[in-house]
Amino acid sequence: MVRKSLQDKISVYGAAPVSDPILSHTLAIIVDNEPGVLARVVGLFTGRGYNIESLTVAETDHTKKLSRITILCSGTVHIIEQIHHQLERLVPVHYVSNLTLEGAHIERELALMKVVGQKEKRIEALQIADSFRAKTVDTTLDSFVFELTGSPEKIDAFIDLMRPLGLIEVSRTGIAAMARGKKGI
Amino acid sequence: MANAKPKMKLVKQAPAPKKIAEAKNVFGKKDLTGAEIVIQAMVDNGVDTIFGYPGGAVLPIYDALFQQKKIKHILVRHEQAALHAAEGYARSTGKVGCALVTSGPGATNAVTGLTDALLDSIPVICITGQVPTFLIGTDAFQEADTTGITRHCTKQNYLVRDVNKLSAIIHEAFHVAKSGRPGPVVIDLPKDVQFAPGSYTPPAKTDLTRYQPRTMPDMSKIEAAVEMIANAKKPIFYTGGGVINAGAEAAKLLTEFVRMTGYPCTSTLMGLGAYPMTDKQHLGMLGMHGTFEANWAMHDCDVMINIGARFDDRVTGRLDAFSPHSKKIHIDIDASSINKIVRADIGIVADATEALRAMIAVWKKKKYTPNASALKSWWKEIDGWRSVKCLNYKQSGNIIKPQYALEKLQAAINKDKRESFITTEVGQHQMWAAQFLKFDKPNHWMTSGGLGTMGYGFPAAIGAQIAHPNALVVDVAGDASILMNIQEMSTAVQYKLPVKIFILNNQWMGMVKQWQELLHGERYSSSYTESLPDFVKLAEAYGGIGMRAETPAELDKVIAEMMKTDKVTIVDVCVDQRENCFPMIPSGKAHNEMILSADAEKFDKTLV
Repeated sequence: MVRKSLQDKISVYGAAPVSDPILSHTLAIIVDNEPGVLARVVGLFTGRGYNIESLTVAETDHTKKLSRITILCSGTVHIIEQIHHQLERLVPVHYVSNLTLEGAHIERELALMKVVGQKEKRIEALQIADSFRAKTVDTTLDSFVFELTGSPEKIDAFIDLMRPLGLIEVSRTGIAAMARGKKGI
Repeated sequence: MANAKPKMKLVKQAPAPKKIAEAKNVFGKKDLTGAEIVIQAMVDNGVDTIFGYPGGAVLPIYDALFQQKKIKHILVRHEQAALHAAEGYARSTGKVGCALVTSGPGATNAVTGLTDALLDSIPVICITGQVPTFLIGTDAFQEADTTGITRHCTKQNYLVRDVNKLSAIIHEAFHVAKSGRPGPVVIDLPKDVQFAPGSYTPPAKTDLTRYQPRTMPDMSKIEAAVEMIANAKKPIFYTGGGVINAGAEAAKLLTEFVRMTGYPCTSTLMGLGAYPMTDKQHLGMLGMHGTFEANWAMHDCDVMINIGARFDDRVTGRLDAFSPHSKKIHIDIDASSINKIVRADIGIVADATEALRAMIAVWKKKKYTPNASALKSWWKEIDGWRSVKCLNYKQSGNIIKPQYALEKLQAAINKDKRESFITTEVGQHQMWAAQFLKFDKPNHWMTSGGLGTMGYGFPAAIGAQIAHPNALVVDVAGDASILMNIQEMSTAVQYKLPVKIFILNNQWMGMVKQWQELLHGERYSSSYTESLPDFVKLAEAYGGIGMRAETPAELDKVIAEMMKTDKVTIVDVCVDQRENCFPMIPSGKAHNEMILSADAEKFDKTLV
């Protein structure tokens, strides 16, 4: 027998989580460069529903076979703290540093952008590239490939300006980041 | 790049084995193949038993097993059972459990067991065969991307392409499986690597420094925690599987500390047995089907001392109403457990043994004493909740109540001189077992807590019985769960394992039915287990013993007989089909909003 009054009081689902503001933090992760390590790090994000906005990875110490992964992730303060601890738990992970929390740091990104156009548009593209200190790394009579290094915001701004001038392709590396000052990882 | 190119060449041109450690290996010869290295490395890591199922891609290892006597291989009838048996072995001994399965379907069948071990933090090593390195990626026969598939359900996994790295990888796998928060580790081993000759490095010469989790607590935090504990007016210890995993010493220290303070203690499903459940300071299990007194004490406490538990949703209920007035101390070996679900006022990353030892030392050194008058009124409050007798049920007439069957089972166990181990499947019977059976020692209770795997209990019982041949091992089962790994009857018969399967048979998927009754308008969609087998005949067909009890009088007789059997025995206890498992905190409700059984005493503050 069911006590009917119960059905009003109980729900099938748990209470929904409270929402906090979403922040973006940059994490530097030193890992053993072994097969599957990137999949394990990325799998942790997908498996637990965390967001990655940018990811960069390359071996940084060839003798010790260490790679550095730079991840720009977003979430509440609580989620970012969880991401940090969850990453530290992985066996091939040696060190995790939250650059955003640990003070001033530099973020740089490299982008290649192809702009196709003629006449005034072509000249204007070249002038803007010059003012952004972008390098022209490929030229044909009706196209340029620009190389630009800088903060992600600077690259975003450049892309916005190039769009009406015939931008057809963008390739970005994702960010490389490092803390300011003498302390190293 | 992080995904380095596979070094396939190394395998093919494996160099002549370097000098093998002077110590004699189990094969009594100088050069070892990859398959022999597996056996040698396991022996050197203290393995005496391995649960497995052969297949094409692991034949070299089976060949090596055949030629040695140090490791006993137990042939299961399904790879999932190999993992659960390894878990049962691990949980009942505190050692690492080992499984051996073939590639493809062997590995995919193992996934449920691996995930179970991950969620319950059980140290397990699973060796999976793989197609030869030159066939990887070609969709070869019985090929599966095992490291890819198991990455999410292991603590760490390896694909070994170089036979000379094999021994170091196995040693690290054992180290990883049992250190820090324990968990499952998979070693995927291509067939050509199993055949290849290679050099063997013993564990003592292997570098294990890259994984060294913190075990010692921060003493300033311990001092702050002990001060908070000493000043508490309404304290409660909330202990979990971490205390069991930390070893028998942790359980001893927990008991010492709880008795020293005189405070109440409750345990999670995974933590039962760390503190003696028959002691008056123990409030029983907490959580969704925990006792009224444990949940109310959690809700009303002012200091909560969580040791090795992880604020699982089945424990906390509605989070924003979870223990709203308490300061929380959380001790866990896994830093990511702290502040994951519930904010801790003091979070301490440490092994439970070390943390408890440090807390006891501080308590003694500072000569703390509990606030006697506050504690007295706190116990008075708790006794009020206890007087509700939330586990009450009425056994009358000729229909056996499941709770009654378990009380009879406990009585028989109490009278028996043997050491006893209990495993369970998943569902109502599991919750009743947690409520009605009493564990006074750690490592004697094995259940699938995190993953909730139906089919866990029987193979786990096999693992426990293998580890403890003379013990009494009982799998408390449901009629639906037991069918999920019933094929293991053959294993139990083959190895003459006198495991007792105590089925609380209500012909329903009882917990599914209970939720449908309470939450889905009594629409019993697919929860009636039609066409159940005759469990007595089934047991006999496998070469075991089967018996049935339909009335309380038959139950006594059947239990008495069951205690005497010397081979696998199914006891089919036909229980009341309408019985539900109470008390219950419905999903999304708080600890003080429990539903009580109609048989419990009245309590005016409840919503019922």
